[in-house]
Amino acid sequence: MANESISSQSLSLSSGATQDRTVRRHRPWLRRIVGHLVLIVLATVFTIPFFWLLSTSLKPPEQLFRLPPEWIPSPVMWSNYAKATTFIPFFRYFGNTLYITIFNVFAILVSCSLVAYGFARIQWPGRDSLFMVLISTLMIPGAVTLIPTFIIFRNLGWVGTPNPLTWPAFTGNAFYIFLLRQFFLTIPNELSAAAKIDGASEFQIYWRIILPLARAALAAVALFTFMANWNDFLGPLIYLSDKNQFTLAIGLYGFLSRVRTEWGPLMAASTIMISPVLVLFFFTQRTFIQGITMTGIK
Amino acid sequence: MTVWQELAANRPQRRSWQLTRAVRRDLRNGLLFVSPWLVGLCVFTLYPILASFYYSFTVYDIISPPQFAGLANYQDLLTTDPLFWKAVRNTLYYVAVAVPLYLCIALAVALLLNMKLRGMALYRTLFFLPSIVPDVASAMLWAWILNPQFGLLNALLRGLGIPTVGWLSDPNWSKPALILIGLWAFGSSMVIFLAALQDVPEALYEAAELDGAGLLRKTWNVTLPMITPTIFFNLVLGMIGAFQYFTTAFVLSQGTGGPASSTLFYSLLLYNNAFSYFKMGYSSAMAWLLFAFVFLLTWLVFKSANRWVYYEGENA
Repeated sequence: MANESISSQSLSLSSGATQDRTVRRHRPWLRRIVGHLVLIVLATVFTIPFFWLLSTSLKPPEQLFRLPPEWIPSPVMWSNYAKATTFIPFFRYFGNTLYITIFNVFAILVSCSLVAYGFARIQWPGRDSLFMVLISTLMIPGAVTLIPTFIIFRNLGWVGTPNPLTWPAFTGNAFYIFLLRQFFLTIPNELSAAAKIDGASEFQIYWRIILPLARAALAAVALFTFMANWNDFLGPLIYLSDKNQFTLAIGLYGFLSRVRTEWGPLMAASTIMISPVLVLFFFTQRTFIQGITMTGIK
Repeated sequence: MTVWQELAANRPQRRSWQLTRAVRRDLRNGLLFVSPWLVGLCVFTLYPILASFYYSFTVYDIISPPQFAGLANYQDLLTTDPLFWKAVRNTLYYVAVAVPLYLCIALAVALLLNMKLRGMALYRTLFFLPSIVPDVASAMLWAWILNPQFGLLNALLRGLGIPTVGWLSDPNWSKPALILIGLWAFGSSMVIFLAALQDVPEALYEAAELDGAGLLRKTWNVTLPMITPTIFFNLVLGMIGAFQYFTTAFVLSQGTGGPASSTLFYSLLLYNNAFSYFKMGYSSAMAWLLFAFVFLLTWLVFKSANRWVYYEGENA
């Protein structure tokens, strides 16, 4: 890129305005090609691990250790997938993970939207100071609250159950509250004012006006919550002890620690764990990326 | 809430700072709406912060009640525990190398994507995909790619005639290996950067072009200053996240932080002290040292922001 601009500069110096114009016309075209080349190489590098995952998950054991590595599995070992789902109680873990994830999505949507409404759409003394408190809680490392929280749940008799991973979601999540509040602020105040004149209560305004208008932001929060809980490792690691209640993340970890060398089934299990997230992402890409974008601004 | 309402209703009215009925109603409604979070703030944030501060001065094994021990935990950590300093060094190494590296790559790719090339959405998707892969699954995958004998990466290096290394099994290369794994998932910061880049007003570029600025000058003097708030945002979040780096290192070392404690990060040591050895007081002290340090560093970054972060619409 640097070379390019230097050469064009020297060209325009040497041969005047006409030359300069032609160079200007050509440069974006060249730049585009270079841009595409760099991006294609990078994108390939970043995509290869996915192909390698898929390819390994279908390889017979003897093909794994062949050098140089081979890309196409032969014969295709679908049995790796069968093995992955029987070696650990896969469907039970799948179900457990789904339960925790769905519970959280629901609870987070309810709690965060209510709280965000309180911070964005009602004027009350002390609101902005409390909101500053909310923002500052984002900066607290999880380690500081981890141990006392564990002890609270232990005293409640909840350690060894999924409850510590589900019920707290009803108290909201600072990050999602922040995101929804920013979105709620963009909804014109006249809408609420008009509804108030018609005698609507705050809850009715929240339910009938704000929520329907905030579908995109709510969808983004739902997606983030889904991903975060589906992928969560530390929470289940600390709170779950009964094998029957394990989530996929913990199950997969157990798989690795027992059968380090059975890469085929291991990659098959990883593929199955990744697939729901990938599928979900492909169908909701726009919402997802808009959501991330919302967190980044202002 | 009802108790509070009763109290409010029965309180003798004081004229000097009496709230109007409308303000009182808004206050009640506001508190009602944020009450779920207020409960969470008290139960899952404020109380735990205070409790862990108290535990950090005690010996506490969960089974018997905490025994006050003064500064013993802090003293042991800072003066006698060799693993503590090992974990501090590992973590600082990770923060200092990984955070700037991820930011630069995310920004560089975002700049490339912002050239308004055809297929931008496709590239964006491809770069973003790795960051939604669950940490555990990505750890499995990379354990296999980085396998010293049969891994894809070493096969590639051999093919290119470059000497291979043991990656995760070599204490000298285990941290770079983890940074490489993390690098795969730079996508979410990239998306944030990209959004910020697309918000830079076109008029600024046009003005710069009239002044004869080339691509590099435009990037350096227009684009970068305009997106400093986003760089700042990504830097702060990236730093706080990197100090708490845990899952991948835990999964790949089976919780040991091996080989030779080279991947023993701060959170890993804290987890082991708390949940393998049940030294709750000791780990609370660790947590508070981390908190203090991260707080200090974040504060410094925020202070430095005045010098390098440009907020549009803020008249200097």
